[in-house]
Amino acid sequence: MIYRETGQFKSSYQADQALFPIKQDRYVILGILIVTFAIVPMLLNQYWLNAIMLPFLIYSLAALGLNILTGYCGQVSLGTGGFMAVGAFSVYKLMIAFPELGFIPLVLISGFITAAVGTLFGLPSLRIKGFYLAVATLAAQFFLVWLFNKVGWFYNYNASGMINSPPMTVFGVIITGPEGDMHGKYYLVAAFVAVFALAAKNIARGRIGRNWMAIRDMDIAAELIGVRPLIAKLSAFAVSSFYIGMAGALYFAVWLGSAEPTEAFDINQSFLVLFMIIIGGLGSVLGSFLGAGFLVLMPILLKNIMVDGLGTDAALAAHIEIITVGVLIIGFLIVEPHGLARLWRIAKEKMRLWPFPH
Amino acid sequence: MNSAKLCRSILAALLALPLLSGVASAYELTIPSLDYRTGPYAPNGIPFANGYGDYMNMLNERDGGINGSKINLVACETAYNTKRGVECYENTKGEGESGALVYQPLSTGITYQLIPKSSVDKIPVFSMGYGRTSAANGKIFPWVFNFPATYWSQATVFIQYIAEKEGGMDKLKGKKIALVYHNSAYGKEPIRTLEKAAEKYGFEFLALPVDHPGQEQKSTWLQVRKERPDWVMMWGWGVMNQVAIKEAASIRFPMDHFIGVWWSGSENDVLPAGKAAHGYLSGAFHQPGSNFPAHADIRKHVYGKGMGLGDEDRIGEVLYNRGLVAAMWTTEAIRKAMEIHGTNEVKAVHVRDGFEALDVDEARLTELGLPGFTIPVKITCENHEGPGKVALQQWDAHAKKWSLVSDFYEPLRDITGPLIAEDSAQYAKENGVVPRICGS
Repeated sequence: MIYRETGQFKSSYQADQALFPIKQDRYVILGILIVTFAIVPMLLNQYWLNAIMLPFLIYSLAALGLNILTGYCGQVSLGTGGFMAVGAFSVYKLMIAFPELGFIPLVLISGFITAAVGTLFGLPSLRIKGFYLAVATLAAQFFLVWLFNKVGWFYNYNASGMINSPPMTVFGVIITGPEGDMHGKYYLVAAFVAVFALAAKNIARGRIGRNWMAIRDMDIAAELIGVRPLIAKLSAFAVSSFYIGMAGALYFAVWLGSAEPTEAFDINQSFLVLFMIIIGGLGSVLGSFLGAGFLVLMPILLKNIMVDGLGTDAALAAHIEIITVGVLIIGFLIVEPHGLARLWRIAKEKMRLWPFPH
Repeated sequence: MNSAKLCRSILAALLALPLLSGVASAYELTIPSLDYRTGPYAPNGIPFANGYGDYMNMLNERDGGINGSKINLVACETAYNTKRGVECYENTKGEGESGALVYQPLSTGITYQLIPKSSVDKIPVFSMGYGRTSAANGKIFPWVFNFPATYWSQATVFIQYIAEKEGGMDKLKGKKIALVYHNSAYGKEPIRTLEKAAEKYGFEFLALPVDHPGQEQKSTWLQVRKERPDWVMMWGWGVMNQVAIKEAASIRFPMDHFIGVWWSGSENDVLPAGKAAHGYLSGAFHQPGSNFPAHADIRKHVYGKGMGLGDEDRIGEVLYNRGLVAAMWTTEAIRKAMEIHGTNEVKAVHVRDGFEALDVDEARLTELGLPGFTIPVKITCENHEGPGKVALQQWDAHAKKWSLVSDFYEPLRDITGPLIAEDSAQYAKENGVVPRICGS
């Protein structure tokens, strides 16, 4: 009743091809943006912003990136951690070498550097598919982390091999370094995520996105109807790595502040982001957010409920948390193998028919 | 949802047990305990957390806290994971009326994260014998304390021990010394010092990294067998330690030529290798064993009331005592802070002053029920490392016991001094820290 497109007549092609053709969707997106930028920063304290919202947004961006590659173009990748490391180390070197460029351009440049690296590691995808490609990208993961750990130039020959983000400002507000302003950090990351989520939605429905999906659904058929696999696959790797690179840059510079390659960008990162898109929903922008939310917020929420709310012993809570998150993942995948985004899609269908389901 | 019901009933049962805080009326001293009782580092994290918590609970039960103010120990599980450690820090720093008074992360990775954050939040970090070595320079790191000795001091002590066994510093020339290290910020700490020492004394230095978590070390020890170093040092933690000792035993590397850092020398590390671990050495700055009056008090006041965090028969293990000594110095610093500022309602800023004026000598140790337990520590504004002295302990696999086998060595300050100055100056430059001037 509330959510239906009946009565919304499109009188131009432009209106018909809009990013959100249904009026209610536009309102919802607008509402989410208002909540994100105006209400959330007012309500939440430092702990929530720093320890919960920042990782949620940054992982959403990384999941978005991987979803472009895996969800839209069908190329399985286990190199996310490695590509995030490329973004992080690029932004670190750039912040040291060219601080005058400003933080936002530096993050974008690190995204482009990662895109180049990602494209390079995407080359095998032209010959191999599926699990074999996953192994090739796994090689990227191990090689990149090894490289950043081994070559001193990347971490400016620091004795411990750690990188620390020097203080930088955006519009006069300190964003990185220990004195970074928490609201500034939040706004910056939220703005990045908002802009690039809309961009992803836009790319996905256009020609490039359709090429990706054609490749995903059946690459031979796609080739026959004129999609060039070289362009389609490598562009997916490039765009995906661009997103992941930016996520890595923000992850290191804004959220963590310092990082060591072997821990911050290890294989678990790659799995984590992959699980996010599998749980959230492959080939869905919304799914990236839902998956990131599920895997970032759920453990912290469980911990807070148990330790602060119920007074459970911290170690026991940690064990229960491991079990519960595992059970929930399996549970969700049994209930809905296509991810949380699919649940939302079903809900939408139901709402359109409501209150006359037949 | 059966699982939820089950969880809830377990929780309810547990809720009834540990009501530590009691009546929250008076001013409580909040001390967060960043534990790790899960993950590959839990075998080492558990005894430390038990020692740390038991000592503080003992003070609460026996003396009613520190000078009558109760300690509120807030445990937070980090799993030795940096990101979770930071989450714990953010979560606990504002806890209670006093706010978090001091952090003991027990992880070099987390310490590196907390150093800049805590200086802004003005909360001291007590990274006892780990973390960033150059934080020994109190002029640049006013909020970080890493006494009683750093990794660099320890590395030079091992060199001296080796020289002594070989028959003098000049006998080091031409020897081959390998370092098996955890491939992380922690494991990499001693490399620069050892390189400098290798240059100075003419021994050959070989660095062999082991990747997290260190369950697979076959290739590393194959390399040891191939290169045949005269001595092997190890900077390991968690599961890595036991695996390394077992691997060393399997290639028949002489155990009395194998020296672990003080984080690689506990019962958990040597027991799995059985008799083969006999003679294995490690660094130490306190006595093993549980025959001190403080241990008796813990048994009586904490375990006697069923409030112990671990098993009673594991009191006195090396890492348990490590946690205990950490708790002792921490509470002494708080006591000092109360004395300096003349109030029991100390905040983190005051506790920092307490740490900086800390002076726990042998007489005080005896009063605390720990005579001869560790070395006297005196901290000053510029020196946050304290004495820097390290001894070696050896494992007796037949008696299943650690014992100190050497005196406390002075570190080679001519090697560590310039390195500390250089590294801390670099930090100051990168982060725009102006070194403070230590007053008269």
